[in-house]
Formats: sequence, C-alpha cells, structure tokens
Amino acid sequence: MTNLSELNQTHLDVLQEIGNIGAGNAATALSTLLNKQIDMSIPAIKILDFNQLMEYVGGPDTLIVTVFLRIQGEAPGTMFFVLSPDETSSLVQQLINDTSFTYEELLDTPLAFSAISEIGNILSGSYLSALSDFTSINMQPTVPTLVMDMAAAILMEGLAQISEDNDFAIVIDTMIEDTEKSTQTIKGHFFLLPDPESFTKIFKALGVYDR
Amino acid sequence: MTLTSEIIKVGIADVKTTVYPNTLKTSGLGSCVGLVLYDNKAKIAGLAHIMLPDSTVAKKDNQNRMKYADTAFEILLHNLLTSGASKANLKAKMAGGAHMFGFKSDNKMLRIGERNIEAIRVLLHHHHIPLISEDVGGNKGRTIVFDIDTSMLEIRTVNSGTKQI
Repeated sequence: MTNLSELNQTHLDVLQEIGNIGAGNAATALSTLLNKQIDMSIPAIKILDFNQLMEYVGGPDTLIVTVFLRIQGEAPGTMFFVLSPDETSSLVQQLINDTSFTYEELLDTPLAFSAISEIGNILSGSYLSALSDFTSINMQPTVPTLVMDMAAAILMEGLAQISEDNDFAIVIDTMIEDTEKSTQTIKGHFFLLPDPESFTKIFKALGVYDR
Repeated sequence: MTLTSEIIKVGIADVKTTVYPNTLKTSGLGSCVGLVLYDNKAKIAGLAHIMLPDSTVAKKDNQNRMKYADTAFEILLHNLLTSGASKANLKAKMAGGAHMFGFKSDNKMLRIGERNIEAIRVLLHHHHIPLISEDVGGNKGRTIVFDIDTSMLEIRTVNSGTKQI
C-alpha cells in the first residue's frame, strides 16, 4: 500500500481512527497528570512531500521541541510529539510549579528537561499502546529522545528511513489541547508516520471494519 | 548600475545554481548535508541539499535524484559546467551531517549524517575538487547561506550562534 492512488475514503477513515484512538488515550493520560480537561482535534491525514511537511510545521527553520521515537515491530514507523517553544514553557511551568520558566532554559534545566521528556514518554506510550491494542499489531517504541532545534533538522533525520524509498510521508496529525481558558494553553501535535510497508499491515488489521 | 541580489532558496532534496550577486540558502540541515560547489573566477555557485548517501540502494525507480549524494553531485556538477563554470576552478564547502538524536543505536539510518558526509568526501576526492572548509557533525540544526562574491558560507544555529567558514 505505497501507491497513493489506491488510497480510498475507507483507508483514510482507518488512518483517522488510528489518530483518534491513540491521541484519545494520550489526552486522558495528560488530563490525569495535569488534573485538567484535555480535548483533542479530529485527526488530519496529510500526504505531504518533505518540503510541504516543513511548511506544514511552520517552515524549515522554525524552532520546535520534539519527542521523537521509532516504532519497531510488525508495523514500523516514526512518531513525533511536537510542541512550540511557548507551549513548552507553559507545560513546564505547570509540571514543575515554576511560573518564571521559559523554554530558553530548557537545555540547562535538568528538571524541566526530564519533565518534558517524561511527558513525551507517557503520551507517546499511551498513544501507541492504545493503537497496538486496537489493531492487535505488535508495536515497540524505542526510548524517546527530546530535542529542541530547527523543524527540518529534527524531522528529516527522523524521516530518513521513510525517505530511502519515498519522496512523501503520510502524516496522521492529532492535536491535544487543554480546554480551560487560562493564559497557559497547551497544544501538542502527534505526528505518526508509518513506514510505507506498514500500511498494508494496518489496513489488514483493521479490515474487519471495512464496510 | 546597482545589481539587485536575490536569495535563491534551495529546498530539501533540491539542487540550484546561480551567479553573482545572488546568494544561495538552505534551511534546517540536520543529518542532511548542504554542499556548495563554486567557481570564484566565473562567480558561479551551486548548492545541493542532500538527504541520503547512495542512490544505488533505492528499491524503487522514479525517485527524486536530487535526494542522494551521488546523483545530486552529478546534477550539481553538470549544471555548473553548463552555466560556464570551469571544473579546474571548482572548490567546495559543506555543512550539516549532524546527529540530532542522542541515543545510541545500531540502526544505520540513525547514523545517516556521517554516511552523507563520507559519501560527499569520496565524490569530491574522485573529481579532484578541493574541500576548502566544512562545519559538519555535532547535534545541531544548521541554516546556511553562501555569498558568491566573498565565497563565504554563513552557518546559523539555534544554540551556538552564527559563524562563517
């Protein structure tokens, strides 16, 4: 299933459901952690070439904070949990109870760094375990890595595997956001990018829902 | 007469050439490598944003040839020579090839930066093009701008400032 012309509405619905299941579970986890109500967006399924993907995240040299992991197992792929610098600041402020924290201090503040790493760890873990349960596909995440740098520099290294055989990526993007209208709004994007050969596996696993 | 200079933007897996007084720019190099070849007598330069080391391992045809070091190099060299550069005058500068993620892995895709750099060194050596300067490796993203007039390559990073090589 690497031929895009074969993607029909049912396939797109399946990919959207994957975004729903995964991010839904992650939103619940974050809600419990922060003791706040967390909402999620309807997943967006985007088929983008690499340059379009960079524009999608705000340009190749936009500063982003990312937790990256590779998914190993039957349906390999790449996952990014992406926060903007300001969202990182406000998330860390809530986690470590320090309202003076700004993202510039992230790399020099071990407590903040590990707090964000751990959040990325928990959220991506809950996303993947929901997905793995739902599809009955064995998925093992690698240890997540936290990086703050230019979007293209981070995303392209994570996409090296996909790029070997493709000039585009299928992105399943779900946003989670706290719904309390405070000054400290948090929005995080999950980008799930299955490797090309994983699509057949995913569609097959969810084929029972194909009407 | 004043010449208006333009910034020629080179995307990911892209190759462009231009002449003085324009500058060449590519943004957000991580494991990718930005390779500049220039002829400072003819005032012509080209920039390739290379993602992967080797086109021969690709499983499929119809790939973007500007993505791989070997084929991007070929395109870059061809475009420069047909625009009036002389091969004997060509010099090279490069930047990028970082390793953005700290963790160790035996997965070769995660050492892609080093392999890109190595592939380019071999190509430069093979074509007898001297590598004048480089800023490679490390774990930072880079945005690079090449000034044809001065032959200087400016490297911007998020955490370690800007420098020229």
